[in-house]
Amino acid sequence: MKIGVLALQGAFAEHQTVLESLGVEVVQVRLPQHLAGLNGLIIPGGESTTIGKLADAFDLTQPLRLFGREHAIWGTCAGAIYLSQNVGRAQPLLGLMDITIERNAFGRQVDSFEVDLSVPCLLNIDPEDKPFHAVFIRAPLIESVGKGVEVLASLDDGRIVAAQQGHLLATSFHPELTGDDRFHRYFMEMAK
Amino acid sequence: MEQKVGSFEVKKGLAQMLKGGVIMDVVNVEHAKIAEDAGACAVMALERVPADIRADGGVARMSDPDMIQKIMEAVTIPVMAKCRIGHFVEAQILESIGVDFIDESEVLTPADESNHIYKHNFKVPFVCGCRNLGEALRRIGEGAAMIRTKGEAGTGDVVEAVRHARTVLGEIRKLQNLPEEEVMAFSKEIGAPFELVMEVRKLGRLPVVNFAAGGIATPADAALMMQLGVDGVFVGSGIFKSGDPAKRAAAIVKATTHYNDPKILAEVSRNLGEAMVGRQISVMPETEKIATRGW
Repeated sequence: MKIGVLALQGAFAEHQTVLESLGVEVVQVRLPQHLAGLNGLIIPGGESTTIGKLADAFDLTQPLRLFGREHAIWGTCAGAIYLSQNVGRAQPLLGLMDITIERNAFGRQVDSFEVDLSVPCLLNIDPEDKPFHAVFIRAPLIESVGKGVEVLASLDDGRIVAAQQGHLLATSFHPELTGDDRFHRYFMEMAK
Repeated sequence: MEQKVGSFEVKKGLAQMLKGGVIMDVVNVEHAKIAEDAGACAVMALERVPADIRADGGVARMSDPDMIQKIMEAVTIPVMAKCRIGHFVEAQILESIGVDFIDESEVLTPADESNHIYKHNFKVPFVCGCRNLGEALRRIGEGAAMIRTKGEAGTGDVVEAVRHARTVLGEIRKLQNLPEEEVMAFSKEIGAPFELVMEVRKLGRLPVVNFAAGGIATPADAALMMQLGVDGVFVGSGIFKSGDPAKRAAAIVKATTHYNDPKILAEVSRNLGEAMVGRQISVMPETEKIATRGW
């Protein structure tokens, strides 16, 4: 299996390390031709404005949209923002997922936090029912989801932090930082 | 379920999100917006860029909180601000207004000539400068969640940034090749905590993100530092002391992403106008160098 990580800016090397530990061939995607032959793509955490502007500058935005029509894409944090249709302000977005995002929804960096989440869909990957330790860094929130979007995880107060729409996956936290590879294995199943 | 804020994981994590990016010095809201539009992954809010601090002389201190907050309100990307080395009250003030990162910086006049801030006591992450591996690991030992090589700020001369990056990365390579029984003597020699030295030996890199800073003025300078092996770059005076800041800022962002692609580097280096005039470090008196501040 060959999976790309969008390597314009952000924590792409961290995703690459997890994928390679699972035996996946990883390609760093910086230009449109790097998408050829990939089974799926991860858009990492970073700054969503930086990632969007660099994609625009190197004519990558439209090829990414076309790729996402048929292939699996997973966005973490900034990647989830970039996948969404609406963030309530003007910035470059792929608009592939029918979700509305609130950026920096929890406040500034001093409000960033860790918490254990219940994520039932991961039982398909590992039958042991243990929480997923999630790290939220200046994190966005999935404010609302459209029809056909399944909510995968929420905080105690019901606010949505992970969602899936067919072959598209969005998490507002960072599974690449915590050494638990269940989300990466879940995404590999989606990319098959 | 209980939420935990201010952990080292969360502090180190923000630095990881900045990787592959450019952090730009800005002195007002207008600069901050230009930086964000150009694709900066964060801005450093300060009253004077290092080149002006050098020119003006006098004591350089933390910036006015009002000026920093106006920049925080104007952009959505993370905002950093500088406090003086050892000045933990300036750091408390910056934390209380909610800056996303504090730079305990040699660019400002040091407040303590023996001690740095004990950074583990803060919820906000810190970045600190270093010239070598020992200095980097002392700062991480005190709680720094990110390191930048110092270079020589405000000069536009990249030579010290190269020296410091090569020194840190070279010492890591040397450490990896040492037999175990020589690691304690190595850690004594460089004045670094043994546990952190062992961790670096195992990882083959610093345990936190490592950016380059001090003297980066062109897209080629940024790509040079990336190819040497740093995780991203700080550009201080190099942007807003140049002829066309918006264009140069965007070009440096592109060069940092495509650092290994000389064709793109050539393309983004075209017609950028005047670079900052700069000062050659090799003819600068020792007393004017600021990288030697820090202990």
